[in-house]
Amino acid sequence: MSTIISVLINGLSLGAIYALIALGYTMVYGIAKMLNFAHGDIIMVGSYTIFITVMNLNIGGPVLTLVAAILFSVIVCTVFGVTIEKIAYKPLRGASPLAVLITAIGVSYFLQGSSQLLFGARALPITMPNLGNIDIGAAKVSVGTVVTLVVGIILMVALTVFIKNTRTGKAMVAVSEDKGAAQLMGINVNKIIMITFAIGSALAAFAALFYLFGIPAVNPTLGSMPGIKAFAAAVIGGIGSIPGAMLGGILMGLIESICKSIPALSSYTLAIEFGILILILLIRPIGLLGKKRRVKV
Amino acid sequence: MQYIKNIKQSFKLKNNINYFVLIALLAVLIIADQFGLLGRSLTGLIIKMGYSAILAVSLNLVVGFLGELSLGHAGFMCAGAYIGCFFANYMYGVIDNKILVLVLAMIVGGLVATVLGFIVGLPALRLKGDYLAIVTLAFGEIIRNIFNNTSSETFGGAMGMSTKKFEGTTLFIITLITLTIVLFLCQSLIRSKHGRAITAIRDNEIAAKSMGINVTYYKLFVFALAACFAGVAGVLYGHSLSTVRQDAFTYNYSIEILVMVVLGGIGSMRGSIISASLIVYINALLQNNLSGDMAEIKQAVYAIILIIVVIFNNAPALKKVKDKLSVSNPAKKNKNPETIHDDEVDWRRVPTKIPMDEVLTANLPNNDEAESDTAEKGDK
Repeated sequence: MSTIISVLINGLSLGAIYALIALGYTMVYGIAKMLNFAHGDIIMVGSYTIFITVMNLNIGGPVLTLVAAILFSVIVCTVFGVTIEKIAYKPLRGASPLAVLITAIGVSYFLQGSSQLLFGARALPITMPNLGNIDIGAAKVSVGTVVTLVVGIILMVALTVFIKNTRTGKAMVAVSEDKGAAQLMGINVNKIIMITFAIGSALAAFAALFYLFGIPAVNPTLGSMPGIKAFAAAVIGGIGSIPGAMLGGILMGLIESICKSIPALSSYTLAIEFGILILILLIRPIGLLGKKRRVKV
Repeated sequence: MQYIKNIKQSFKLKNNINYFVLIALLAVLIIADQFGLLGRSLTGLIIKMGYSAILAVSLNLVVGFLGELSLGHAGFMCAGAYIGCFFANYMYGVIDNKILVLVLAMIVGGLVATVLGFIVGLPALRLKGDYLAIVTLAFGEIIRNIFNNTSSETFGGAMGMSTKKFEGTTLFIITLITLTIVLFLCQSLIRSKHGRAITAIRDNEIAAKSMGINVTYYKLFVFALAACFAGVAGVLYGHSLSTVRQDAFTYNYSIEILVMVVLGGIGSMRGSIISASLIVYINALLQNNLSGDMAEIKQAVYAIILIIVVIFNNAPALKKVKDKLSVSNPAKKNKNPETIHDDEVDWRRVPTKIPMDEVLTANLPNNDEAESDTAEKGDK
């Protein structure tokens, strides 16, 4: 029983990480209609920022250190996300999606290459502030996992509220529905796209911190696997749909956690996750919560 | 006989220049090799260029001509490399002729990859664009993950499978011959009526379907064919090294192949070959000349080149600058834009305006008349 609870909680918290990353993918896809392959590497940038903060900053207590780390990480990631959008993606607005995709891949290579240049290719261990463990029912779960889950849910709720209730949020929905019409209504599309990138990158910064709770080491390709899994999660949920990304992320985390807890399946985790992705897409080609688009002739 | 006559009539140097260049290159290289001018590293580089070009050309079939984004090409290569080299390892004990074994291994690896390509093609019937991209990526990773979990007796698991490295310089000759054959097959396909059907599906699937093109058949066919060539390239790759490791075939490698295709020009076979060779060459150059800390600049420099080239080629704001600089600007070259060229890219520029008035006012045989005609004939 205790293992079941801990597997579920670990799965949900991993799912929250994937959901946070998937939100970045899905929002950018919905609004800028592009696959931001460099999104995973924003997580890497965030982790290195956290690494530097945690290793160099000595202000009392683990909580304060973590707060400082996440603050810096959010700032750096947001700046990176917005700058990348300005330099690499903005000139290509209106170009073929494949060209934008290749540029995104180029940005991803660039971020990995530069971090390799700055910090070396080897993984650097990071000593995360110890938060201790907590008992939930019969299971012992680390506080980091619970924090991930709670903060993750808070962020997702906040994002939903932001999109539903604020002017900017409504403008984002409008741009994702119809860019041309939104422009005619006086919405500054370029600004909305910039804000989208900023929000996505800030969420990735949180994901970076939570990811480091689980695996406390940073390396230049750290972001690519969680990035690709989160992308898969966004597609499972229906890319472009915000609740879909949350659902897909949590599903992905649960699958991974359950597979890893069964010894016979643990080494096939990746194959099973992607297998389920393919199955879901074969049954529902638009993802679980995706909107069906009629093709007009 | 009629077929040969047709070939003779339609034979143009311009259309076949790729083969001539490749064959001439091969001849020069063989002669240079006979005189011992080619070092081991140079032949290694040529082999790498060769199989990269095969990968790029085959991916171009899917991305450039079928118009579907595939990010799982390295997965097919992985399957081809593992199965083909496993087969070759076994066959070396049975058959003495090394070249024959390699050819057989390429066939086996190609066939296995074909089957996998067919399986990946099935979701391609239902999915589009980015959904298909993630599914192909997922397939590639699943293939890799499965080979990673094999035991050490079969495929070596995480440590990789040891292969018999093909000694001597013959491998580069075989690689280039294979490339020529692959290129010939791809170009013949694209220039045939089947190729036109495939490009029709790319341009508008619904219109193609309503014209009676069997979309299911062609999609599966292109996916399977491209996978087959990737498998063949995988076998060549496996024979150029002494171990095959699954972590060489991550989705990053698929993306690198896609980059080759896009930089070479989507839908241009020649471009794919040139850009594949260039990228392999630049990578080797950066790797050899930058030592120590500088070696880590490689990826960043490569990325910057990539971003600049793509932005320059595609940015709407830079289109005017590009047209001025471009040598092969169609507007400059073709004095008469109405002329239809039998080239894989050019024929897309054919004016497609339909003379609607003529169509609507055309005299069609009246249905009633036709019926009464047959009735009369029946009476007689």
